[in-house]
Amino acid sequence: MSDISGKFLVGIFDDDDVILSAVKKVKQAGVKVHEVYSPFAIHGMDDAIGHPRTKIGIAAFIFGTIGCLCALTLTIWTMGIDWPMVIGGKDPISIPNFIPITFELTVLFTAFGMTLGFFVTNGLGPSVKPLLFDPRCTDNKFVMAIDLAKNKLAESDIITMLKNAGAEEVSVKSI
Amino acid sequence: MHVTSSVRTPLVLGGKTYADVTEDVIRHVEGKPTKEWKIALGLSMVVLAFGTASVFWTWWEGLGVWGLNKTVGWAWDITNFVWWVGIGHAGTLISAVLLLFRQKWRTSINRAAEAMTIFAVLCAASFIVMHMGRPWMAYWALPLPNTFGSLWVNFNSPLVWDVFAISTYFSVSCLFWYVGLVPDLASIRDRAKNKVSKYIYGTLAMGWNGGAKSWSRYEYISLILAGLSTPLVLSVHTIVSMDFATSVIPGWHTTIFPPYFVAGAIFSGFAMVQTLMLVTRVVYKLEDYITIEHIDSMNKIITLTGSIVGVAYLTEFFIAWYSGVEYERYAFVNRAFGPYWWAYWAMMTCNVISPQLFWFKSLRRSVSFTFLISIVVNIGMWFERFVIIVTSLHRDYLPSSWAMFSPTIFDIGDYVFSFGFFFTCFFLFSKFLPVVNMAEVKAIIKTASEKLPKNVSGVSKDERLAEASK
Repeated sequence: MSDISGKFLVGIFDDDDVILSAVKKVKQAGVKVHEVYSPFAIHGMDDAIGHPRTKIGIAAFIFGTIGCLCALTLTIWTMGIDWPMVIGGKDPISIPNFIPITFELTVLFTAFGMTLGFFVTNGLGPSVKPLLFDPRCTDNKFVMAIDLAKNKLAESDIITMLKNAGAEEVSVKSI
Repeated sequence: MHVTSSVRTPLVLGGKTYADVTEDVIRHVEGKPTKEWKIALGLSMVVLAFGTASVFWTWWEGLGVWGLNKTVGWAWDITNFVWWVGIGHAGTLISAVLLLFRQKWRTSINRAAEAMTIFAVLCAASFIVMHMGRPWMAYWALPLPNTFGSLWVNFNSPLVWDVFAISTYFSVSCLFWYVGLVPDLASIRDRAKNKVSKYIYGTLAMGWNGGAKSWSRYEYISLILAGLSTPLVLSVHTIVSMDFATSVIPGWHTTIFPPYFVAGAIFSGFAMVQTLMLVTRVVYKLEDYITIEHIDSMNKIITLTGSIVGVAYLTEFFIAWYSGVEYERYAFVNRAFGPYWWAYWAMMTCNVISPQLFWFKSLRRSVSFTFLISIVVNIGMWFERFVIIVTSLHRDYLPSSWAMFSPTIFDIGDYVFSFGFFFTCFFLFSKFLPVVNMAEVKAIIKTASEKLPKNVSGVSKDERLAEASK
């Protein structure tokens, strides 16, 4: 997230419904919204901004498949091929007995893979400096950031638009 | 426009604004530790020190210091293990299953319940390591090649499944907990005034800034993690129960064990959540967030799972008679009327009768009564495991080897260790991390608050909206 730079218009709102309707309004007027920062998830916000749907589910599925295959390989190879043992008169490769471990490892790989994906795609990490247009956005304010370089409309027009849509404060910030 | 339906009872009282939520929760993280907290932490550390000495001696001398004998080879160690694992079921159940069922009341209790889960599972694991007697051989439970000193582990054994189930459960619970903490850690970071806490919470928050993209991924992975954790929660105690159920000991060899253990685990887990939350809400003045409604909902779950457990006890008894197996019958008669009758009836009273009192609405909504029952339930659940383990073992097929078990000071000391550890962890958590998930509570304020806060529902917003549409 730290790779962006330029001049941003920052509109601050105090209500999630107001900012959602504001995003829809400025989008209609042809403004490209960079991102909205909020203290909690606002349903429908990513659609309103026009963010593509997250692909993290695909990563989860791939990791789950890897986990499942690892578990099957581990159990079948150790029990049936590397050192076959007859336990309780059963076939060394008795798949039903391997189901619990296969399940657990599938869940384990999915959870770790997905969480890793979550941190990587969000650009999160222990030494990451957060990009905060306004620090109150993790408390009680809702912040809309508009990249001026990517918008053709005049700065003053967008400011009026934001104020009309219910913004409390509008300021210009250079990153 | 969101309004709270008059049919639904509000979950957040006092007309809290978003800023109030942050303030009420973070106040305790930012403030200096109170005297009460220091005393509570000090006490639990003293208990932990005593327990650690006891565990040290157990390992130094060997398991002979316990009261085990040739007939009763599992007693307090495994009882405590199953008890703690059971308690560790509530957190993920609250955050995962209740998320899938869209139960909004989970939002203000999930954080503390998940923390409790993690600590309880650690306590449970400590008994497994203790019971190994030679903890430096603990790696033998892992699937390591033969050159490490043993054959491959036996993947047909429920004890190995347990290693996988509990370590998966522990790590997935930690992930779930941490992902949920990230936005709240960012809130603390952005309010922090001194450099040290800004650095520590900033590092932990990993640069979270609450962007819409991040939030949509957050929501997505919460949902998938919940979907994965739901069968995981059920699998853990199922596998624990298989440690017993796949053996041929009368009293253990029953197919009812998995669902019966899972219900019992949820039962005791919710009771422990009640015990902790009832204290936390008063000490941290969070009565507006953890309301009587929350306590009432949890009590309903306690009654439901307690009733399932009760039915399971009766079913077990009936099947023992109906099976026609002489030894099975004897095992059950011996439970109820043998030398350990008091443990059996303590279990029956605490687990079957006491939660039924929650059918009375006034009792269900009484804080002091709930607190009492929450402790009674956990005493009962401890006795349940004791009854299953010790009374099934102490009289085996050969009457000449019948024996009784009595705990030594080290059995007790090692149990005390787990309490010291659990409470030390919980007190540290409650001071240094937000005990309520602020982000999720803020998200339900509009639909579940008692009255809408002024700056949300009041004139200002409508005015601005009206102005905007002109």
